[in-house]
Amino acid sequence: MSTTTTTAPTTTLKDLPRPQVVAHEVPRRRKAWIDWVTTVDHKKIGIMYMVTAFVFFLVGGIEALLIRIQLGAPDNTFLTPEKYNQLFTMHGTTMIFLFVVPMMAGFGNYFVPLMIGARDMAFPRLNALSYWLFLFGAIVLYVSLFFNPPEAGWTSYTPLSSLAYSPSGGIDAWIFMIHLTGVSSLLGAINFYVTIANMRAPGMGWGRLPLFVWAILTFSVLLILALPTIAAAVTMLLTDRHFGTHFFDPSQGGSPLLWQHLFWFFGHPEVYIMILPGFGIISEVLPVFSRKPIFGYKAIAAATVGIAFLSLLVWAHHMFATPLSTAVLAFFMLSSMIIAIPTGIKIFNWIATLWRGTLEFKTPLYFGVGFLAFFTLGGVSGVILAIFPLDWQLTDTYFVVAHFHYVLVAGAVNAIFAGLYYWFPKMTGRMLSEGLGKLSFWLTFAGFNVTFLVQHSLGLEGMPRRIYEYADTGNLHVLNLISTIGAFILATGVLVTVFNVLRSLKRGAIAGPDPWKANTLEWFTTSPPPPNNFDVVPRVRSVEPMKDIRRAVARATGEAPERAERQVRA
Amino acid sequence: MPPALGIAAVFANAIGPETGGSPNADNTHTLWVIVLIIALIVLVGVEGLLLYTVIRFRARKHRVAAQIHGNTRLEIGWTIAAGVIVIALTVVAFASLPGIQDPQKSGAEVSLAGAQVASIDPPKVPGGRQLDIAVNGQQYVWRYTYPDGTYSYTEMVVPANQTVVLKITGQDVAHSWWIPKLGGKFDAIPGYNNYTWFKASKVGAVYRGQCAELCGRNHANMLADVRVVTPTAFRAWLASKKAQINAANRASAAAAPLLSPLPARPGKP
Repeated sequence: MSTTTTTAPTTTLKDLPRPQVVAHEVPRRRKAWIDWVTTVDHKKIGIMYMVTAFVFFLVGGIEALLIRIQLGAPDNTFLTPEKYNQLFTMHGTTMIFLFVVPMMAGFGNYFVPLMIGARDMAFPRLNALSYWLFLFGAIVLYVSLFFNPPEAGWTSYTPLSSLAYSPSGGIDAWIFMIHLTGVSSLLGAINFYVTIANMRAPGMGWGRLPLFVWAILTFSVLLILALPTIAAAVTMLLTDRHFGTHFFDPSQGGSPLLWQHLFWFFGHPEVYIMILPGFGIISEVLPVFSRKPIFGYKAIAAATVGIAFLSLLVWAHHMFATPLSTAVLAFFMLSSMIIAIPTGIKIFNWIATLWRGTLEFKTPLYFGVGFLAFFTLGGVSGVILAIFPLDWQLTDTYFVVAHFHYVLVAGAVNAIFAGLYYWFPKMTGRMLSEGLGKLSFWLTFAGFNVTFLVQHSLGLEGMPRRIYEYADTGNLHVLNLISTIGAFILATGVLVTVFNVLRSLKRGAIAGPDPWKANTLEWFTTSPPPPNNFDVVPRVRSVEPMKDIRRAVARATGEAPERAERQVRA
Repeated sequence: MPPALGIAAVFANAIGPETGGSPNADNTHTLWVIVLIIALIVLVGVEGLLLYTVIRFRARKHRVAAQIHGNTRLEIGWTIAAGVIVIALTVVAFASLPGIQDPQKSGAEVSLAGAQVASIDPPKVPGGRQLDIAVNGQQYVWRYTYPDGTYSYTEMVVPANQTVVLKITGQDVAHSWWIPKLGGKFDAIPGYNNYTWFKASKVGAVYRGQCAELCGRNHANMLADVRVVTPTAFRAWLASKKAQINAANRASAAAAPLLSPLPARPGKP
């Protein structure tokens, strides 16, 4: 690091102090990998989060394809029941704990400081610790592949996950993964909260906070509220398994239902932990590509907080088929359905953002609109599932599988892809190929719907979840085959994006600091940003500081402001 | 089957939960149809609006985006609209709940309104004529115990037009009782009793189902059948089952020096 001190030439040259270079230390050039491993820079940590999470997305995707191959034909013997149970356990656990949550944390790490005009996170070393704990948690789970992977589902219901019925160490690996990634997320959440609360640019009040940052703030609060519960629950499971406690053992006065309550008290907020940052990404992408301000900023921010609050009160809707009184069933039905109101508000505000805009159909907007179209379907099927007399028929069937994949793939994954295509130029300085991006969108769009739309029908025809084989009755064979074919189309679409990313790293068009003419402060700095992010932090006067800056520049240079707002890149 | 008929059959099966075995399953289906219609109206409305928006407002030359920041009336409007839909769904759900949750009277087709029962308490059947069967889920088989202590595995035999009340529990891990045509799922959890009911009227029908809660490696093979017979045939079946069990018990008693004796009703009922 070096700093130079000069003063403006107001006096004669002779009086001027001599320019001096103050160098405390000449940074030694280190090997690139050492640079990455030892970094405390939020941008590098963010990229490590995203790359690691994406690798696990691919691994979880391969697991999904193996599951779909097994189910492509009735009475198939491609996988043993043991391997099948291990695969769906690893698939669910991987996608939730090692892909979606850390991916969102990665986006948050990279963009929260940039969007609020900060030079790093509040606690950079803690931030690095968060990443490494996440990676170690992932490794602890995945080394179990060489021994006995867990096979009790991502929910690890007791008594199935107790030592008597799951004697292998897979469950223990799963417990330690939950602990390590849990501590990682908890530290990360505290870091986000402190950063957002304290390090905003001058003028950025709560009413000018970008909606993605609102989403990450809410995500952090939910993590802080929900994670201690699962940490306690898995610790109780661990002591039940190895140290002779009986929290969940019915033969010794314990309660298997207690596990379900504790698990879902965490598990349902976890769903919103996964989707709220996605909502945030969509709230950033839609205004930029419709060249309009976000519609109903306050309503969207309030709905984010409202959803988070309600998400803490709906956990037992996962347990409608367990012995519960009608009063409890009714409460959780109502609380679950009420979540549809703030979610509906968001959907309407997003559509209103597009309304009367000039929609620039770049790849991020494709994924954004795909998100709106199919997340809505997942939301509607969610309301149907909240009605407990219907849930008695639908729960634990492929209808539920279809529902949560609409929420998490059409919802979270579409949002992640929208974010990837939107922010890749900022992270790398290069554009992703639009042609490949659109190809990837159409393939994932088609593949996703072919895979999951028919799964609603599978559930209605009586196919339970988590069965490794089914008899050739009714339409089960043809519907499952359609679903399997769809899964491969979806996988192809994902691979096109992987190829696009690898190719564009070297060969993508140079992006420049603000290729989309966007609204938020990350576009104020260079692409990729320097280690200190900003040399000067501008004063924020609205929700769209970057638009204000462009207008000021246009005024200063005599250009028409409307012209300055038009996207130039073809 | 001609292809058109085949497609029609596929369609009918694929858009609603199974029905036709018991009034609670039929009432669930009715509720499903009402909810599905409301859901489709909402879905088509939102998707249609979205599709119109993305086609109508594509960027073109000389078009300028309207710089609107929001509209409080609209916000209030769609909040109320969403609230009204939620209230409508709640009303429909509670209106159909007694038909699904409360057992019907045996024999005659009389439904007694009111007297809602929570599913943690044994449901009372109006008129009192009910058949209680204890269902016990075990890795990987269902065991049924009839009021006289007779038991069977996998296949449950019930008399037609008789309201059957099931008391469901799990022996080892959590299972879930589910015969789609006879109503919804009820989890079989060790240490808890869960209750449901059905009334099957078609003599000779066999309703198939399977465990719906992951219970281990052979979860997929934990099947259940309910066979409906006439009351006379039911009594005969019960008697023959009892004779079989007694014979087996005598045989095991004879082998007592070699084997530890089995109780008459092993396991929890």
